[in-house]
Amino acid sequence: MLSYISKRLLMMVPLIFGITLITFSVIHLAPGGPVEVETEMQLKASAQARENLKRLYGLDRPLHIQYIEWLERFVRLDFGRSFVDGREVIKKIAERIPITLTINILSIMLILLIAIPIGVLSATKQYSLFDKLSTVFVFVGFSTPTFWLALLLMILFGVNMGILPISGMQSIDVSEMGPVDRLLDWIKHLILPVGISAFGGIAGLSRYSRSSMLEVIRQDYIRTARAKGLKESDVIFRHALRNALMPIVTILGLSIPGLIGGGVIFETIFAIPGMGQLFYSSAMARDYPTIMGILVIGAVLTLFGNLLADISYAFVDPRIRRGR
Amino acid sequence: MRLFKVLWRRFSRNRLSLTGAIIVVSLIVVAIFADIISPYDPMAIDVHNVLSPPSRAHPLGTDDLGRDVLSRMLYGSRVSLRVGFVAVGLAMMVGIIIGSIAGFYGGKVDAILMRFVDIMLAFPTFFLILAVIAILEPSIYTIMAVIGFTGWMDVARLVRAEFLTLKERDYVIAARSIGAGNLRIIFKHILPNALSPVFVAATFGVAGAILIESGLSFLGLGVQPPNPSWGNILTSGKDNIEVAWWLSLFPGLAILITVLSYNLVGEGLRDALDPRLWETER
Repeated sequence: MLSYISKRLLMMVPLIFGITLITFSVIHLAPGGPVEVETEMQLKASAQARENLKRLYGLDRPLHIQYIEWLERFVRLDFGRSFVDGREVIKKIAERIPITLTINILSIMLILLIAIPIGVLSATKQYSLFDKLSTVFVFVGFSTPTFWLALLLMILFGVNMGILPISGMQSIDVSEMGPVDRLLDWIKHLILPVGISAFGGIAGLSRYSRSSMLEVIRQDYIRTARAKGLKESDVIFRHALRNALMPIVTILGLSIPGLIGGGVIFETIFAIPGMGQLFYSSAMARDYPTIMGILVIGAVLTLFGNLLADISYAFVDPRIRRGR
Repeated sequence: MRLFKVLWRRFSRNRLSLTGAIIVVSLIVVAIFADIISPYDPMAIDVHNVLSPPSRAHPLGTDDLGRDVLSRMLYGSRVSLRVGFVAVGLAMMVGIIIGSIAGFYGGKVDAILMRFVDIMLAFPTFFLILAVIAILEPSIYTIMAVIGFTGWMDVARLVRAEFLTLKERDYVIAARSIGAGNLRIIFKHILPNALSPVFVAATFGVAGAILIESGLSFLGLGVQPPNPSWGNILTSGKDNIEVAWWLSLFPGLAILITVLSYNLVGEGLRDALDPRLWETER
């Protein structure tokens, strides 16, 4: 097991290297580099001023040297300072991560809690009315633009019924609230964002757990379990479910980049100060150090998510554990 | 031709997929004839009819500049269609080329190309797209290129897998033994047989590209106003969320129906092309 993990970790090194290389090229090979952005606002900026700026950011040196220097700083988690407010990029990112992480973890829990029962029930009652309805839900869920769903829910709950706030993480008068009200206020603000962020995942995972369950139910050991007279609920929950859930671990790992990246639109809509919103505002302001920092961190987080998924898969599946 | 007939028979047996196909075809017709069907000029500003709800004169209402929403949506369907097809076309081209080379040559070439695929897959796609668009000028062409160049990885994997099994087949070995060159074997003998999963992926890809385009236009990074697209009509829906529900409801519904139709067609195609399901036919 340990050698498996270290082998996987070793394999990640060239991948991370590739990630930094692509991030760097995307930003620096594009026409209109960072300096153009800073000076295009001030048409009077002289050629001398441009040169000074270039020297300040080290942009006057050859590309490969710039890359190596950037990489050296990246290893020390130093992404430089934001063009927008001059603060350290790593600090800007660090203060956004908890919010994005909270929403993602809550929405993953919601996905698991809803999707797996739907999938198991439609598999055990294949072709029933419930199965057909959930299939329709899956297809509609796959095809719904989530930002549109967010708009509709904002109109329904925020504007028409007025029971849920439509933006931000807390009310204006939060400082005057007691601890319980504050918690309630926080929950109220999270309901729509978490629900929206889970929506697509619920559709996908319920489909996946349905087909995984269908496959397991046809196995010989399930027939054996039935033949020896076990109760149907024991057959399903003790024998079938455990095996059907194993591949779902992998799917969860694979869904991480979608969850991180998908945050852009709904964090912008709901005005939630998370990674997605930071990335959007940085992209709009062409804040290159922040863009590069988030791209690299997002991709590396994805790699670790995949690794975690593979390790836990090996953990739950004895065939893989013993095979290595 | 006989093969096409069998495929059609298998495909049309699935009523949902057939419905999806009919909607897809009608949407294409609507997009082509948008200028004839539209009741109004999609750019015509009418200050006396700002934000008027759906009525007989404006079936889907008007926006904050008094422009007819139905006409803007009809023109907007052109954007979705063009982005969907061009972006997916690009993704297919890149994916097929990289997948074929990796699968055919194998070894080191394969290892390097597949690591490249892994790296590209590690980026949260939407971040990568946003970063590139922020650097380049936002326009419909930028979007097509960016969606295309960030969406080829799955196709590359599919094509590679097909090539790995197909290149060992007897008929390929036979072709090689009579002196066929690599290019001829790739393009004439293996590729045509490797394409059926690509068609399925392409159909799903169009659906995904339309979703991404609408999201980008919604954020103001896609089709620029005053040109209409479903996504940027939704932006004005968000800006007028307290007063004009029709601006939010209808364009989103159009996206949902379009994407759903492509997904249903994709599902039908996959079943129709799946050889494991073929045996029960005769």
